[in-house]
Amino acid sequence: MTIALKSTGPRQLKNSLAKWLITLGGISVLFTLVLIFMYLLYVIKPIFVSAEIDKKQAFEITTSENVASIGIDELKELSYVITDDGQIDYYQLVETNQHQVGEQVYSQSLLAEDITLDQIIDISIEEKLLVGENGQVQLVSPKFMSQFAKDIRTIVPNITYPLGEDPITIDQEGQALSLVSFAMNDERAVFVAFTKDNRLIKTTLIAEDDFSYDAAHEAVYQEIDTQSSHFDDILVTPDLAMVFARSGDQVFVYDLSDDYDVELKATIIPQLSQNRTKSLHITSMALLSGSSSILLGDSSGKVSQWFEVAGEEGREFKQVRTFQAADNQKITAIYTEQFRKSFYTMTATGELGLFYTTSEAELWRGQLNSIEPVHLSISPRADALISLSGKSFSIFTVENEHPEVTWSALWKEVWYEGYPEPEYIWQSTSGSDDFEAKFSLVPISFGTIKAASYAMLFAVPIALTAAIYTAYFMTPSMRRKVKPTIELMEALPTVILGFLAGLWLAPIIEKYLPAVALLLLFLPLSVFLTAYLWFKLPKEIKIKLPETLAPLLLIPALLLAAYSAFSLSPVLEHYFFGGDVRQFITNDLNIDFDQRNALVVGIAMGFAVIPTIFSMAEDAIFSVPKHLTSGSLALGATQWQTLVKVVLLTASPGIFSAVMMGLGRAVGETMIVLMATGNTPILDWNFFEGMRTLAANIAVEMPESEVGSTHYRILFLAAFVLFVFTFIFNTAAEFIRQRLREKYSSL
Amino acid sequence: MNKWFKSGSPWIWLSAAGVSISLISVLGLLWLIASRGLSYFWPADLYQFEMLDEQGRTSTVIGEVYDREEIPAKQLVHLDIQLEPGQETIERYLVKTGNRELVSLDFRWILVPQIRKTSTPENIAVIERRTNGNFYGVIESLVLDGNSVSLDKMPELLERVEAFQEEIEALQKVDIGAINYKLERLRLTERKHQLGNNLTDEIANEINTQVQILKDEYKVLEAKLMSLRDTVSRDQLVVKAMDGTLVTIGFEDILQINFNNQMNVLEKLKLFFVQIGNFITDDPREANTEGGVFPAIFGTVLMVLLMTVIVSPLGVVAAIYLHEYAGNNALTKLLRIAVINLAGVPSIVYGVFGLGFFVYMVGGNLDQLFYPETLPSPTFGTPGVMWSAITLAILTLPVVIVSTEEGLARIPSAMRHGSLALGATKAETLWRIILPIASPAIMTGIILAIARAAGEVAPLMLVGVVKMAPNLPLDGNFPFLHLDRKFMHLGFHIYDVGFQSPNVEAARPLVYATALLLVTIIVALNMTAVSIRNRLREKYRMLEH
Repeated sequence: MTIALKSTGPRQLKNSLAKWLITLGGISVLFTLVLIFMYLLYVIKPIFVSAEIDKKQAFEITTSENVASIGIDELKELSYVITDDGQIDYYQLVETNQHQVGEQVYSQSLLAEDITLDQIIDISIEEKLLVGENGQVQLVSPKFMSQFAKDIRTIVPNITYPLGEDPITIDQEGQALSLVSFAMNDERAVFVAFTKDNRLIKTTLIAEDDFSYDAAHEAVYQEIDTQSSHFDDILVTPDLAMVFARSGDQVFVYDLSDDYDVELKATIIPQLSQNRTKSLHITSMALLSGSSSILLGDSSGKVSQWFEVAGEEGREFKQVRTFQAADNQKITAIYTEQFRKSFYTMTATGELGLFYTTSEAELWRGQLNSIEPVHLSISPRADALISLSGKSFSIFTVENEHPEVTWSALWKEVWYEGYPEPEYIWQSTSGSDDFEAKFSLVPISFGTIKAASYAMLFAVPIALTAAIYTAYFMTPSMRRKVKPTIELMEALPTVILGFLAGLWLAPIIEKYLPAVALLLLFLPLSVFLTAYLWFKLPKEIKIKLPETLAPLLLIPALLLAAYSAFSLSPVLEHYFFGGDVRQFITNDLNIDFDQRNALVVGIAMGFAVIPTIFSMAEDAIFSVPKHLTSGSLALGATQWQTLVKVVLLTASPGIFSAVMMGLGRAVGETMIVLMATGNTPILDWNFFEGMRTLAANIAVEMPESEVGSTHYRILFLAAFVLFVFTFIFNTAAEFIRQRLREKYSSL
Repeated sequence: MNKWFKSGSPWIWLSAAGVSISLISVLGLLWLIASRGLSYFWPADLYQFEMLDEQGRTSTVIGEVYDREEIPAKQLVHLDIQLEPGQETIERYLVKTGNRELVSLDFRWILVPQIRKTSTPENIAVIERRTNGNFYGVIESLVLDGNSVSLDKMPELLERVEAFQEEIEALQKVDIGAINYKLERLRLTERKHQLGNNLTDEIANEINTQVQILKDEYKVLEAKLMSLRDTVSRDQLVVKAMDGTLVTIGFEDILQINFNNQMNVLEKLKLFFVQIGNFITDDPREANTEGGVFPAIFGTVLMVLLMTVIVSPLGVVAAIYLHEYAGNNALTKLLRIAVINLAGVPSIVYGVFGLGFFVYMVGGNLDQLFYPETLPSPTFGTPGVMWSAITLAILTLPVVIVSTEEGLARIPSAMRHGSLALGATKAETLWRIILPIASPAIMTGIILAIARAAGEVAPLMLVGVVKMAPNLPLDGNFPFLHLDRKFMHLGFHIYDVGFQSPNVEAARPLVYATALLLVTIIVALNMTAVSIRNRLREKYRMLEH
């Protein structure tokens, strides 16, 4: 009889197919880990990329008159030039069916009839001031709007006059103006000007209603008492609080908050290091966005940032940081972005620099053209620069998405606007637009370490002693019950531990603070007392209650100790702390106290970590080969001596790796910290105060962060830091365990 | 004494204390959650306190005693309370007084020395309502369609209202919900044709007719709903509150009326179980601070099931590879490190990865490809139940791998050799011999994964959980399972109600109850897994000999 074998072909095919599929499945685990790593890196990478400026296009303009100002729309489709005689000419930047690139598409006069133009001043990207010869001005805002025809979008000019089309008299005496600065909000418009006959004047227009829908106003004129007969630059801050007037190497700051009276607030006198060959001078000045910082450029190529700082003698202006924008070249102009703290510098040789103040980052330096452009302007979205030299109009794309982040801004102290000194601060969002984001990872990394340390402080002694006893002294039958019970703790959702810590434990600890201190004393005492009592017990009872029942015998003793600690707490509070420990701590010891503090987190997170450490350490101790201990005991060592000198020594790498795993878990724990602390990012080891950890910070801020923004990417960086941190800990722990396992098997 | 110390015995006892403290904390924690959680359901005694305050005014407070505490007498010196000599603390009660329409806070502290008389009158009723929380008071009269009737009719009227309320709910949620869903689908179909430039007049007309039909249906249903609402609000209850004001409560608002003080233990026990049942099957009310947690249970279960479908094959295959196929080489070592690390990476990192990669990158691209008609509002490009399930599947993958591998390792190699020697291929051995024997271990792994996933909250906060989901991810509208929807989750419910709700004091008992539910589920799952594993170990031990 022959056995009919199934044809081997399909079987073999199935076999190898299964092999490939299973291999693929196995590798996919590795792939997942690598994918997480790479994806986090991919999101983080752009914040560390430096800025890039590239020439996009250039063309010759056909306007024949002299150009006084230039501009571009926010989508970079249409640009304009304003000539000396008040004519605005628009040039096409993208090719359409009707127009070619560089073609002049619109032209219009901006000027009122009875005004002769003297100069045009760029107030901001969207506001130009036309200054007449008789001290009259016109404020023009050459904006744009989109029109849709048959689903095709075209950008068309939309010129508005925020203060009305009629010329506004700035100087009552009708003198020509050599310098004018201007800023406005809905209620007020402030002009500060320096006249050709050397008077510094201020003109305030007070809106009758609101400038946003009605230009009607009343004017207040006044002359400012000056300390100088000549001024080179005047800048009014957009919040109408101050005016900076530069006269040579000094800057006078006047307070504008009173409509009818202008007072000198401060004088900024930069310390200019004298060069050997030529003396240094301030050559340019600009206001940084957010209206509190001023930038001064000097003839050696340095730019310094100044802002008001609360000092010993009240608020004063301080030089906060400097940038080397050019090598021994005069800074001829500083251009600041409208919404971010970036600025561009220009030298006489046409060298351009791009910097960011908060992060002290030099983002780009280089030559745009071979000569200094006559006009340079930043596009509304700060993603392009336009320049005009002679008749040549050029557009440069600027890639500068995340200038606020540098490695040093994330990890070193940064001097933020308005702060008295450099500090580590995490404050990612705020209500106002011109807010300086403070992205220091130091406070939240510190919080992570603080929370983890307190948790370990609590967990390691309990977990290790429990592991030692369970593995070495406990009877097998008891061990079978005790081990799963303690390990059950690991399965408890951390959200429940966090909830209990925040709403149950925190109020108890606050109320019975002395009891917590007493417990540290009472618990060990009660253990020793019970042990001694047992030791003194007569033999007959000892046999009935063997030492192996110690954990059970101790339970009532410990509970009793805890009970007495808690009932003694109010008495202690009454006699030693004046009836209220909390007040004693805050008032007498001058320590801040939060109800949800590091102590609560330490205990709650300690509970979460105990089973991890316990389980692994117990395994390590339990698997120490039995002949080692038998040998030691046979040589006359006591149980305890054998444990300390033989067992723990042999198992120490395993115990170490258990602690590492526990630390890894404590570092990444989110819910407990989120619920059991106030989540304030502070730098303080005080265990009566809370903290904010990396993980909790992600959980709190991620849902609100805008996709692709700097904030979003920094939160990814925080996740990456956590990932790398735990990766190192876990890999090291696993490595040690592997080595230990090999060692045991060789013994 | 010295000898005692030398023997090392005190240190052994000290290490035993570590075990004792761990045991006390585990069991204490479970006991705390159980007692607090269960007392939420137990019908409490209703007290009537006659109060005399420091200005000599009298008042009556009716309610449940929630908490008692001792406070130092010093804090209350200004109240001029008569103290016993040597008395340093004063006891006070936290009383839940309900009646939110009369007093702004439904909890108040009362000082024991100010209580003149405490009683538990049998006629006090606790009325559980749909809005405004509980009402405590004495029922004065029953108004049936404008006429006062005997109080005996109350159960009958309550049943009537309940029947109508169920009908209203069905109408609102199922029928009207379906019409709205269909209308939205039609709008999207129209938009899809528009985008594809093939919206012919024919299609447009077809859509318009359907829309018209649905709108007509809607009008009919709306009219029916209105008439039902009229019917249901026919009767009223007049109740006297603790300050003597008469309050009229419409029956449509009433869920239950109980006279806790009249009940004996059996009746209370019955009500206790009814309350537990309601908690599990009801929808939340009053911004999640009252009512049940059904949507949260449903969301948790559905998400975990989806996750299981994804994680089980992957985890088992990976474990089989590691144990049966992988050679002893660098790649295998790397793989093992990967498994350990997947287990150790903080869960919030998975949330961040899931949000960036799955939701924004994969989901965003899916929307561009398959759902251009709904843009700019995203379909899969926003957190949802599917992304949560996938994210948690990665998170729990190592749990399944480790457990399955352990099971595989315990199978005696003789069984493999036997099968191979009889001519079976490796794949056949796996499929016919190894997997069936290892199935309890696989089961253990899956159960542990489920337990882990059910308790995980941090990553879900980023990839799909919400405090209040208007629709369940599973309903009667095609395609029935809506993987793009957001969902509610028990763990997040605890966080949200306990920490984000406006009235934490009132919501706390509910949070304990929810925590108890979650702990019960997870502990039960873990115990099952552990017992399966233990039984398995015994079985293999027998196989080996």
